Amino acid sequence: MTEMQKLYLLVPLAPLFGAVIAGLFGRLIGRSLSHWVTIAGVAVSFIASVLVFQDVLAGHAFNGSVYTWLTSGEMRFEVGFLIDRLSALMMVVVTFVSLMVHIYTIGYMAEDPGYQRFFSYISLFTFSMLMLVMSNNFLQLFFGWEAVGLVSYLLIGFWYTKPTAIYANLKAFLVNRVGDFGFLLGIGMVLAYFGTLDYAAVFALAPEMSSHGVNLLPGETWSLMTVICILLFIGAMGKSAQFPLHVWLPDSMEGPTPISALIHAATMVTAGIFMVSRMSPLFELSETALSFVIVIGAITALFMALVAIVQTDIKRVVAYSTLSQLGYMTVALGASAYSAAMFHLMTHAFFKAVLFLGAGSVIIAMHHQQDMRYMGGLRKYMPITYLTVLIGALANAGLPPFAGFFSKDSIIEAVALSTIPGAGFAHLAILAGVFIGGFYSFRLVFFTFHGEERFRHAPAMGHGHHDDHGHHGSNEPHESPWVVTVPLLLLAIPSVAAGWLIGPMLFGGYFGDTILISHDHHALAHMMEEFHGVGAMMLHAITTLPFWLAVSGAGTAWFLYILRPELPGVIKSRFSLISIILEKKYGFDAFNDFFFAGGARLLGRSLWKVGDVWLIDGLFVNGTARLVGWFSALIRHVQSGYIYHYAFAMIIGVFLMISLFVR
Amino acid sequence: MSEGSTLLSWVIWLPIVAGLLVLATGSDRNAAFARVIALIGACANFLMSIPLFSGFNRLTSDMQFVELAPWIDTFNIHYHLGVDGISVLFILLTTFTTLLVVIAGWKVIEKKVAQYMAAFLIMSGLMIGVFSALDAVLFYVFWEAMLIPMFIAIGVWGGPNRVYAAVKFFLYTLLGSLLMLVAFIYLYHRSGGSFSILDYYRLPLTFNVQILLFIAFFTAFAVKVPMFPVHTWLPDAHVEAPTGGSVVLAAIMLKLGAYGFLRFSLPILPDASHAMSGFMITLSLIAVVYIGLVALAQSDMKKLIAYSSISHMGFVTLGFFIFSNLGMEGALVQMISHGFISGAMFLCVGVMYDRMHSRNIADYGGVVNRMPVFAAYFMLFAMANAGLPGTSGFVGEFMVILAAIKVNFWYGFLSATTLIFGAAYTLWMYKRVIFGPVANAHVDKLTDIGKREFLVLGMLAVAVLGMGIYPLPFTEVMHASVNHLLAHVAQSKL
Repeated sequence: MTEMQKLYLLVPLAPLFGAVIAGLFGRLIGRSLSHWVTIAGVAVSFIASVLVFQDVLAGHAFNGSVYTWLTSGEMRFEVGFLIDRLSALMMVVVTFVSLMVHIYTIGYMAEDPGYQRFFSYISLFTFSMLMLVMSNNFLQLFFGWEAVGLVSYLLIGFWYTKPTAIYANLKAFLVNRVGDFGFLLGIGMVLAYFGTLDYAAVFALAPEMSSHGVNLLPGETWSLMTVICILLFIGAMGKSAQFPLHVWLPDSMEGPTPISALIHAATMVTAGIFMVSRMSPLFELSETALSFVIVIGAITALFMALVAIVQTDIKRVVAYSTLSQLGYMTVALGASAYSAAMFHLMTHAFFKAVLFLGAGSVIIAMHHQQDMRYMGGLRKYMPITYLTVLIGALANAGLPPFAGFFSKDSIIEAVALSTIPGAGFAHLAILAGVFIGGFYSFRLVFFTFHGEERFRHAPAMGHGHHDDHGHHGSNEPHESPWVVTVPLLLLAIPSVAAGWLIGPMLFGGYFGDTILISHDHHALAHMMEEFHGVGAMMLHAITTLPFWLAVSGAGTAWFLYILRPELPGVIKSRFSLISIILEKKYGFDAFNDFFFAGGARLLGRSLWKVGDVWLIDGLFVNGTARLVGWFSALIRHVQSGYIYHYAFAMIIGVFLMISLFVR
Repeated sequence: MSEGSTLLSWVIWLPIVAGLLVLATGSDRNAAFARVIALIGACANFLMSIPLFSGFNRLTSDMQFVELAPWIDTFNIHYHLGVDGISVLFILLTTFTTLLVVIAGWKVIEKKVAQYMAAFLIMSGLMIGVFSALDAVLFYVFWEAMLIPMFIAIGVWGGPNRVYAAVKFFLYTLLGSLLMLVAFIYLYHRSGGSFSILDYYRLPLTFNVQILLFIAFFTAFAVKVPMFPVHTWLPDAHVEAPTGGSVVLAAIMLKLGAYGFLRFSLPILPDASHAMSGFMITLSLIAVVYIGLVALAQSDMKKLIAYSSISHMGFVTLGFFIFSNLGMEGALVQMISHGFISGAMFLCVGVMYDRMHSRNIADYGGVVNRMPVFAAYFMLFAMANAGLPGTSGFVGEFMVILAAIKVNFWYGFLSATTLIFGAAYTLWMYKRVIFGPVANAHVDKLTDIGKREFLVLGMLAVAVLGMGIYPLPFTEVMHASVNHLLAHVAQSKL
C-alpha cells in the first residue's frame, strides 16, 4: 500500500474511529473528551482530504479495491475507492463543513444531555458520506447511500421524546426508502445487463449497451439506458428531496440545527446530485432520462421556492430554500451541465450551512423559539450572526459577487442553451425561482434582524428538554459564543469567495474526464467561449434578466417587510386560497398520510383479517379441526351405551350381511 | 481430518447427553446445578462445532466428516452422516443459538429449570442431526423427534393460549411430514432398496412421479419454512412460546424447511423443480409482499416479528427457485442472517416481556428513557431487520433481489418492496415502543439490561455486523456445494 492509499483509508476511518469512541464510551470519557476525539477525527480527515485534493490537482487519480466483500458465481463485489477530481472535491467540501459543524455543536448542544451521542452520530455521518463519495462501485455507493439515511434518521429523531421529531424521522426514512427502492432496482438492472457493479467497467461498456432495449411490459420496448437512469434517479429524488419525494426534508427540521446544516443542506441531500454527476457516462446516453431529470428539477426549484414565502419558522424557510436550490442543481444535471451542478453544490454547501448555522445562532438567542413572528430587530444584538446570515442570503439570492451568483447564473445560462425537451419550461421555472429566491431570502433577513423587536411579546417556550437554555441571566438576546461564530465566519468566507473559482471549475476543465458530456449537449462548451473572467461575468450579469429578478425579489421583501409591514397580512387575506395552498404545501403531506400511510395500514389490516384470520385459519385450519370434531361428534352417537341401540345395529348388520352374502 | 472422523456424532450426541444429565438433576432444588451443566454442555457443543467450519475443505462439493455404519440391516438403513458447504454453516448457527438460549434463560426461567434447559440441549442435537443426516430414515427420525422438545417448550413454558398454539404447531408440521415419509418409502422401493439420500440424486424419475414427489416434499418443507399459505401456525406458536422457544424456532427450525428443499426437492426432482418454479416464486413473492403488509397491521410485537420472519423467508425460497449462484447463495446467506436477526429480535422482545409481561405495542412507549443501552441494541437489530447495508440483513436480500432482477424485472420489483414494507413495520414498531416520552408508570419503572442480557445481545450484534461488513467467508464455504447443486438441478432426469 502506498502512502497515498493509506491517506485514502484515513479519510473515512478517522471519523469512524471518533464515532465509535464517542458512541460506545461516551459516558465513560465524558463530554469534552468526546467532542475532542470526534473533532480530531474529522480534522484529520479534512487535512487528509486537502492533501488528496492537492494530489489530484497534480494529475493523480486512483481506482482500486480495498477488500473483496463477496463473491458469488462470476460476480465479485468489492469495497474500493475511486479518487478523482469529482470525489476529491466532495471529500474536501464534506469534511470542511463537517468540521465546522462539529465545532459549532460544542456551543449549540452545550446543555443537551445527549451531547456525546450527538457527536458520535455526526462523525458517523461523516464516515458514511465519505464512503458514499469515495466509492468506486455501486454496492458501496448503496451502502453509503443508506448509511447516511440511517444517521439522518437517528439525528432527526435525536430528541426522541418529541412526538413531531419521531414522526419526522420515520417519515424521512420511509420516503428515502421509496427512493432507494428505485435506486436498488437501477443497480440490479446494471448488474443484470453489465455483469459488474464496478463504475469503470460499467462506464466502459455503456456506449455499446446504449442501443439495448428491455421489455418490461409485454409489447413495449424501452431503452435500457433510459430505464437504468430513471431508476437511479428515483434514488436521487429521495435523497436529494426532489418532487414528489421532497416531503421529508421540511419535517427533518425537527432535528437539532447543526445537522440541518450538515446533513439536510450541505452534504447528504446533495448525494443525489453527486451520484448523477458520477453517472454522467450513463445519463448522457439517454435523452429521455435527462428530460425527466430537468422537468423534476424545475418543478422542485419553482414550487418549493413558493412555499418558502409563507413559512414563518426560520428553519423551514431555509429548508424550502434548500429544496429549491437542489432543484436548480437537478435542472443543471438535466441540461448536461454537470460541472455547473457540482459547482452550485459546492457554493450552496457553504452558504446554506451559513444560513442554517446562523438560524441556529438566532434560535439559541431566542431560547429555542423558531418562529420569525416572534423575532425582529436582532441586528444590533447579534452583529456577527447578522453579517453572516446576510452574506448567506445574498449568496442564496444569487447576487454578485457572492458565491451563489456564479453558480446559479451558470445554471440559468446552461439551461437557456440546452436543447433537451423540457429545457424551455425549466428555464422559465428557474427564472421565476430567482425572483422568489431573492424575495424569501431577504424576507428572512428583514423579518428576523430588522424591524420591531417582537421577541419581547413572545410566548414562553415551555416545551421539552431545552427549558434549561433560558437561564443565562438577562432575557436580552445576545451574540452566541465563539464556537458558534467562528464556524459561521469561516463558512462565510467561501460563501463570498468560492464563486470566483468558476473559471477553473466550470471552464478550466477541472473535472476533466471524470464527467462525460456527449457532443450533442454543448451548452457548457458554448458558455466557455463567452466566458472572459469573473469581472466580465459580473458586469455582463447586470445587464441580464436574472440579476434584476433577484434584485426586485429582494426589493419586494424590503417593501413588504420594512416599508409596509402591515401589507403581508392584507395580501394574505386577499389571496387566501393561494396562501392556504402554499401553507398546506400543496397537500402532499395530507395526501401521503391518508393515501399511502393510511392505505397501507388499512390494506395490511384487511389482508390479515380476511386472508390469514378468516380464510386460512378460520376456514381451512380451524375449519378442518371443526369438521373433524363435528364428524366425530356425529359418529359418537353410535356409541350411545344403550344395549338396545347396539342390539338394533347388530340386527341390521346381520340382516345386511345375510342379504349381501347369502343368496 | 475428514476421513474416519467422529466429530459429527460428537456434535450431535454431546448436547443430547448433556441434556439428559441436566434432566437427571431433577427438581428445581438443584436449579443452579442444572444451569451450570447446561451452560457447559452448550459451550462445549459450540466449541466442538468450530472445527467443522475451520477444518472444512472449501474446494470440494463432496460430503465431509462422513460417518457410515449399518443401523437396521433388514431395510438397508444406515447411520450415515456428513456435511457439505450448505449444511455446515447451519450446524454452527444451531450451536451458537443454543448457547445464547441457555444464557438468555439463565434467570428468566424459574420453574422446571432442568427440563427447560434439557429440552433446548436435546433439541439442538436433534436439529444438528437433521442437518447432517444422509440417510432418509435417519433424517426422518431426527426431523420428527425434534418436534417433541419444541412442543413441550411451548406447551409448558408458553403463554396463556399455549395449548392451542402447541397443538396447532404439532399437527401442522406433523401432517406435512407424513407425506415426506410416503415419499421416502416410494424412493426406497424405486431405488431398489436404498435409503441413502445421495443415491436418490442419481435416480431417474419420470416427470409425473417427480411432480407427485415434489408435492409430498413441498407439504413437509413449505409448512416448516413456512411459506404462504401454510404459515398461520408460526405467529401463534411464536406468540405463545417462551423467548428461548421463539429464538430457536425462528433462528433454526424455519431453516430446516428451506434446507429440505435444497437437500431433497431440488437435486432429486430437478425437472419438477423447474416445472414448479413459477408456482414457488409466486408463493415467495406473496410471502414478501402480502405478509409484509400483514405485519404492518400487527399490534403484538411477537406476532409482528413472526410475520416479518415469514416475509424474510420468502427471500429464501425465491432465491432457491431462480436457479442461479447469486440467488442460491443469497438465499443461504439470508437464512444464516435471519437466524441472527430474528433471534435477536425475539430476545429483545423477551427482555421487555420479562420486565413488563406484555407483548402489546400499545403498552409501551418511551422505553429509551429508561433503557438506553437496550434501545441502542434494539435499534441495531431493527435496522438489520429492515435490511440496512452494513448489517447481515442486507447481504442476502441484496443478492436475491439482484438475482431476481436478472431473471425477471418484476420479480425484483416485487421483492424489493421489502425495502419499504420491512422498514415500515419494523421502524414503526420501534417508534411506538422505544421512542417518545415515558408512556406509563410501568415503563417508568423499567431498568436497563444487565450484564447477561448485554452479553447475549452483544454476541448477536457482533455476528450481525460482522456478517454485514465482511460476508465473504460465509459465501466462500458455499461455492463448491452450490455449484454442485446447481449442476444437479440443471441436469434433467427424464
